Amino acid sequence: MALNPDFVGRSFPPAPAYLVGREKIREFARALGATDPIHLDLEAARERGYPDLVAPPTYAIRLSMAAAENVVIDPELGLDYTKVVHGDQRFEYSRPIVAGDELVCTVTIDDIRSAAGNDILTTRADIATVDGEHVVTSYSVLVARGTDGGDA
Amino acid sequence: MDIVEGMELPARTFTITRADLVRYAGASGDFNVIHWNERIAKDVGLPDVIAHGMLTMGLAIQVVTDWLGDPSRLLTYGCRFTRPVVVPDDADGAELTVSATVSGIADGVANISLRAVCEDVTVLSKAIATIKVA
Repeated sequence: MALNPDFVGRSFPPAPAYLVGREKIREFARALGATDPIHLDLEAARERGYPDLVAPPTYAIRLSMAAAENVVIDPELGLDYTKVVHGDQRFEYSRPIVAGDELVCTVTIDDIRSAAGNDILTTRADIATVDGEHVVTSYSVLVARGTDGGDA
Repeated sequence: MDIVEGMELPARTFTITRADLVRYAGASGDFNVIHWNERIAKDVGLPDVIAHGMLTMGLAIQVVTDWLGDPSRLLTYGCRFTRPVVVPDDADGAELTVSATVSGIADGVANISLRAVCEDVTVLSKAIATIKVA
């Protein structure tokens, strides 16, 4: 089913602020087997000039994917979310996320197109502190394909 | 450390087991069933349970950040998820090998091209990180 092109360029109000917790950073770092103490040891992070534990670079997906999911389930968009796989992902960083950050995530639908029978949706999630400091932007390409499966 | 074009970063091999997928699902909040339920993965046409693309992406970037020693120098990181990493239900799991090369330097920014391979198949394409040279 073709997606509703009226959604291109549409932005959505941010979800309530997300408070980045130390234990969430440790949990995420351990799940990636990350050994750099900057993610795990507060003293090590502070010695290297950070105010608190530093999140691994892909941690931003926790915020951006949750925010994007809330948007793309809008029935008027016409996306069958059960058939969605993650096609491309890109992050643009201003600085690493650190524990204690209070972050807001604003999602915009950048592009909608069809190719080879698949619906392809590009979302942009701008992640900033509650004070308006940009931290990272996450671009995700979501592909809704047939029932032949795929990667995610 | 001088960063020069053509420089190879130390390659790494990561093992991904079913337990790692469960741990990553919990830590990331991505509970898509194709990453832990073999029955449903096969129902949708996959050979078996597959790893989260974001787990593969998160493992691969450690080759860059551990070498760099300073995550604040990472400017951008992107990739395309071209092939799934299939994770069998055994103790060995899947093996992911990641290598990386400095593929260009301009205006104080270096491009690093990553290669992520599982079972001789490239699983990420267009995997590029850009870093501040100094």
